[in-house]
Amino acid sequence: MGISAMVGTPIKRREDPRLITGQATYVDDMKLLGMYHMAILRSPYGHARIVSINTDAAKALPGVIKIYTAEDLRGKVGNVVVAVPLGRIAEGMGIRGALAEGKVRFYGDPVAAVIADDAYTARDALDLIDIEYEPLPAAIDIEKAMQPGAALLYEEFGTNVAMSSHPPTDEMDKIFEQTVADGGIVVKQRIVNQRVAPVPMETRGVIAEYRKSDKSLTVWSSTQIPHLLRNFLAATLSLPQHQVRVITPEVGGGFGCKLNYYPEEMVAAFAAMQTGHPVKWIEDRSENLAVTVHGRDQLDYIEVAARKDGRVTGLKVHGISDMGAYCQLFTNVIMIAFGFPVSCGSYDIPVHLSFDVVFTNKAPTDAYRGAGRPEATYVSERAMDLVAFNLGLDPAEVRRINFVQPDQFPYKSSAGAVYDTGNYEPALDKALQIIDYKNLRAEQARKRAEGKLMGIGISSYIEICGFGPKGTAPVGLYESARVRVEHSGTVMVYTGASPHGQGEETTFAQIVAEEFSIPVENVMIMHGDTDSTPEGRGTYGSRTTAVGGAALFNAVQKLKEKMKLIASHILEASPSDVELEDGKFSVAGSPQKSVSFNDVALTANFSNTLAPGIEPGLETTVFFEPEACVFPFGTYVCSVEIDKETGETKVTRFVAVDDCGRQLNPMIVQGQIHGGIAQGIGQAMWEGVEYSEDGQLLTSTFMDYAMPIAEEFPQFELDHTVTLTTVNPLGVKGVGEAGTIGSTPAIAAAVADALGVAHVDMPFRAEKMWKIIHQQKG
Amino acid sequence: MSIPAPFDYHPVKTVDEAISLLQEYSDDAKILAGGHSLIPSMKLRLSQPGHLIDIRGIDGLSYIREEGDVIAVGAVTPYIQVLRSDLLKHHFVALTEAAEDLGDQQVRNRGTLGGSLAHSDPAGDMPAVVLALKADIVVQGPKGKRTVQADDFFVDTFLTALEPDEILTEIRFKIPPARTGTAYIKLENKASHYALTGCAAMVTLDTDGTCTAASVAITGASTKTTRAGTVEAELVGKKLDEATVAAAAQHAAEGLELVEDIHGSKAYRAQMTVVMARRAILQAAEHAS
Repeated sequence: MGISAMVGTPIKRREDPRLITGQATYVDDMKLLGMYHMAILRSPYGHARIVSINTDAAKALPGVIKIYTAEDLRGKVGNVVVAVPLGRIAEGMGIRGALAEGKVRFYGDPVAAVIADDAYTARDALDLIDIEYEPLPAAIDIEKAMQPGAALLYEEFGTNVAMSSHPPTDEMDKIFEQTVADGGIVVKQRIVNQRVAPVPMETRGVIAEYRKSDKSLTVWSSTQIPHLLRNFLAATLSLPQHQVRVITPEVGGGFGCKLNYYPEEMVAAFAAMQTGHPVKWIEDRSENLAVTVHGRDQLDYIEVAARKDGRVTGLKVHGISDMGAYCQLFTNVIMIAFGFPVSCGSYDIPVHLSFDVVFTNKAPTDAYRGAGRPEATYVSERAMDLVAFNLGLDPAEVRRINFVQPDQFPYKSSAGAVYDTGNYEPALDKALQIIDYKNLRAEQARKRAEGKLMGIGISSYIEICGFGPKGTAPVGLYESARVRVEHSGTVMVYTGASPHGQGEETTFAQIVAEEFSIPVENVMIMHGDTDSTPEGRGTYGSRTTAVGGAALFNAVQKLKEKMKLIASHILEASPSDVELEDGKFSVAGSPQKSVSFNDVALTANFSNTLAPGIEPGLETTVFFEPEACVFPFGTYVCSVEIDKETGETKVTRFVAVDDCGRQLNPMIVQGQIHGGIAQGIGQAMWEGVEYSEDGQLLTSTFMDYAMPIAEEFPQFELDHTVTLTTVNPLGVKGVGEAGTIGSTPAIAAAVADALGVAHVDMPFRAEKMWKIIHQQKG
Repeated sequence: MSIPAPFDYHPVKTVDEAISLLQEYSDDAKILAGGHSLIPSMKLRLSQPGHLIDIRGIDGLSYIREEGDVIAVGAVTPYIQVLRSDLLKHHFVALTEAAEDLGDQQVRNRGTLGGSLAHSDPAGDMPAVVLALKADIVVQGPKGKRTVQADDFFVDTFLTALEPDEILTEIRFKIPPARTGTAYIKLENKASHYALTGCAAMVTLDTDGTCTAASVAITGASTKTTRAGTVEAELVGKKLDEATVAAAAQHAAEGLELVEDIHGSKAYRAQMTVVMARRAILQAAEHAS
C-alpha cells in the first residue's frame, strides 16, 4: 500500500471545518440580485372542496408581484413526477399538479403561491388571500379508508385503494397445516409501523433563476438528486434538457425526504420564468413537519409458522401501505419494491406476500432512512421474536437456527432479492459477547425478582441497498465519475452522486489517494452541479460508495493504466513491468528506475515530451452500473428498563455489530451508525405524526412532535465484522441506513420482553407502557 | 413561513415608560424580556401584538439579593442567574432544580423568572415552584406598586392577576425557618419537555421530624398551576415517612380540572400527579433534614 494506506483509516472529514465554523453555503444563505421571495398558502383542512379563491386584497399589498394558483400553471407546468405509476395510479389516481385544483386532500396541501419583494411581504400577503372551502369528511385510519362508505379522495375511482395484490395462499396454507400437524405453531400478529417525520435540520429550500434572453434556468435546491431534479424540471417546464442547470449547495440533511420532486421547486422555477427575476422559497419548520414527505406508515398482518425447535417453516405478510393523499416520487412502491424483496430478512424461510396500497388524507409518504427496509425488517424480526416467545425459546437461538448459511450465498430469497454475500452468525455471536448476554439475562432475572421491569432485545437485520442494477427504476440507477489528473499531480474528481453529510468528499479522496499512491490532500471531490458533473442519480439508498465509489475506482484504474504507459516510455520498460508504489512508477525488480506520479502527470499535461501516439491529458469518465444490490447485515442487542410507576422507559445499553463490507473510513462508518440508531430508536420510543379524525395535523411543531435528544441515549457500543461484496471492486456495501433498520426492532423486542408480552406497537411512550403494566396488575 | 405579523418595537429605559406604553396600547401591547415563549407564538401568528415593549434595557430589574428575611429577585433575572445563585440554592433548591432542567441552554440564557410568571403557562415549571415557595409577586402600574400573593397571581391558562397596564417587577421569597426543604420533580412531555405533570413541594419539619408546614403545587396536569390543599392538610402534623407521604399524595389530583391531549390522558395525568407529588414531597422532606 505504501505512502497512503488510506482506505480503512479514520481520517478526519474535510467537510467538517466549513460546516462547524459556519462557512458552508446553504440555499438560504444565497442572495441574488433582484431576487423575489415566495410564500405558499396551504390548506388548513384535511379534506375539502375549493369553492372560490379571491386574491384581490393580497395582490393590492405593496410589494406583491404575482400570485399563482393551479389555473395559472395549467398547460404550462406538468405534474409532480411519479417514478412507477402502477394500478389505478397509471390512470391518474394520486397524480397532481404543483398547486391544488378543485380539492385539497391533506393539511398543508399547497393552494396558492405569492411572489413578493421580500419574505415579510410574501408572508403577510398569505393572510390576505381569501379562500372559501367546503370541508369534507376525511379518510384517516387506513383500515377505515379501505371500507365501503369511507370518505373518498378520488371519487371518480370509487375507492381509496390504488394498488392491490392478494395471490392465493394455498401453498403456504399447506405448509402451515403440516407444521401444526407436526406439533409446531402458527402465530398471528398485527404490526403497526407508524408514520414519522424525517426532520432534517435544514428544511427544504430552493432558488430558481431564469434568463429570458437565452431561456436558461438555474435552480439551487436543497436536494439529494441534482441530475434527476434537472431532468424533472426540464420535462415539467417544457425546457430543453441542456438549458437547465441544477446546483446543490450545502444540504443540511436529507434522510430520503429530499430524494424527491416537490411542488415548491416547480412553482419557484415557473415564477422565475414568468417574472424574469430569481425566486427564493425557504420552508419553515411547521411546513416541513406538515408537508415534506413523511416516512413509514405501514400496517402489516403477519402469520408465522414454526416447528417446536424454532425453525420457521413459513411466513405470510399482508402489507398495507398508507401513501397519504398524493403520489410523490416513490410513494407507491416504497413497500412493494424496496421492502417486500427483503421480507425474509436474514432467514432462510419461505414467504407469501400480499398488499394493498392506499390513499388517505395525510401528507404523502415516501423515502425515509431505510425506505421500506425498516418496515420489512421490523416484520421479520417481530416474527422471530413471536416464535421465540410462543415456544419459550431464546430469541438469539431462534435467529441462529433460521439464518441463511454462509454456503448458501448468493442467496435467492423467496421474497425475491438475491443476497450477495453474508455471514450472519459471527455478527450475532460478537454482539452477544460484547453485551455479555448470559450475564445480562442473569441480571434481568435478579431485577425481575426485585419487581423491576428489564427487557433485552435482539435484532439480526439485513438490508438491501446500493441501488442499483438494471430495472430497479425507470431510469438506470448507475453512477458516474470523471477524474482528472492535473499537471501538478493533484486530482479533480467530479461525481454524479450528491453527498450531503455522508462524508464522500473524504472517503472518495481516500480511494483516489490509495489507488494513485498520493497524499489524500492532493485530491478534490466535486459534486452537486449538473453543469460540471457527469450524469448521476444522487445520494440515497446507501448507494453513493457502493455505486459512485465503484465508478470512481474504475475511473482511477483507467488513468493508472495510461500513466503506467506514459511511465513505461520514460523508463524504457514494458508497461506490464511498471508498478505504482509510494508515489512513484518504477520497474518491477529495479526500484532505482522510477519516475514520480507528479512527473508523469506533468508529462501528460505538458505534452511536449509525451511519447508520440499517446493522447495528451489524464482525464476519463466512467459509468458504473452494478449487476446487483448489496446486502449489509448485523446484529444489535439492547436492554431497557421501564419505571413501573410511570411507564417511562430508559434504554440502558445498546450494542451494534454491523457488517458493511469494506470500511473506507471507520470513523465515518461509526458516525453513520450512530445517526441511524438515533433515528431508529427515535421511532421506536417517541416519534409519531398524528392527525385528528378530520385530518388536522396534531404534531405541527416540536412542542408536539417528540424529537429524540442526545441525553435520552446510552453510549452506543459499536463493533463490526467484514464480509466483502463481490458486486463492486471495492467490496463495499452500504451503511447509511443500516443503523435505523436494525435498531427499531431491537428496541421493540426489548420492550415486549420487559413487559413479558408477545408484542407492543410503537411508539413506546410512557402512558402506553403504564396502561399495559396496570392491566397486568389488575 | 415563520414570520410575525408587523409590530412596532419600543425599547424602554424605565419602568414608568413601560407602564405608560402599556396604558396607551393596552391589550395590543406585550412585554418583551426573554421572548422565548412570546416570539415563537408570534412567529406562528398565534399572538399578534401591535406593540412590543422591550424592558431588557431597564436598569435594576435583574438581581438576586437578601433583604432582611426575604430574598428578592428582579423580574428580568434570567434563569441562568437563578440556577447559578448559591443564595437561592441554599434556601430554595427547588428553584435551582427547576431552572437547571428548564427548556434548553438558549432558553436558560435568555428567559426570565418574571417572564415565566407573567406568562402563566399551565405546564410551566416556575409558576409551580413560586406557588409552593409561597412567594409574593410585586407588580407596578400607573397607581404605583402592589404585592400579590402567588396564590392569587395565577388565575387561568395564560392569565394572571396583572392588569393590562401593569408590569411584574419583583418576586419576593420569605426565607423559610430552619429544617425546611424544597423540591421540584416533573414527568416530561417528551416533545416539549414541559411538565406533563409536575410537583413543587416545600415542607418544614420540627426537631422530631413532624411536619409543621407544607405547600405543594401542581403544574402541567390542569388548566392552571394549583396548590394541592388536601395533600398539604394530610401532611401537617404528621411524621413524613413513605407511608404518610404516599397517603397524602393520593389527593394530589383532587379538584384539578385535568387536561387531556395527545401527550397524556386525564387518567394518566391524575395518577402521575400522585406519583410526582409523592416523589417531590419525599425529596423535600429529605432536604429538610
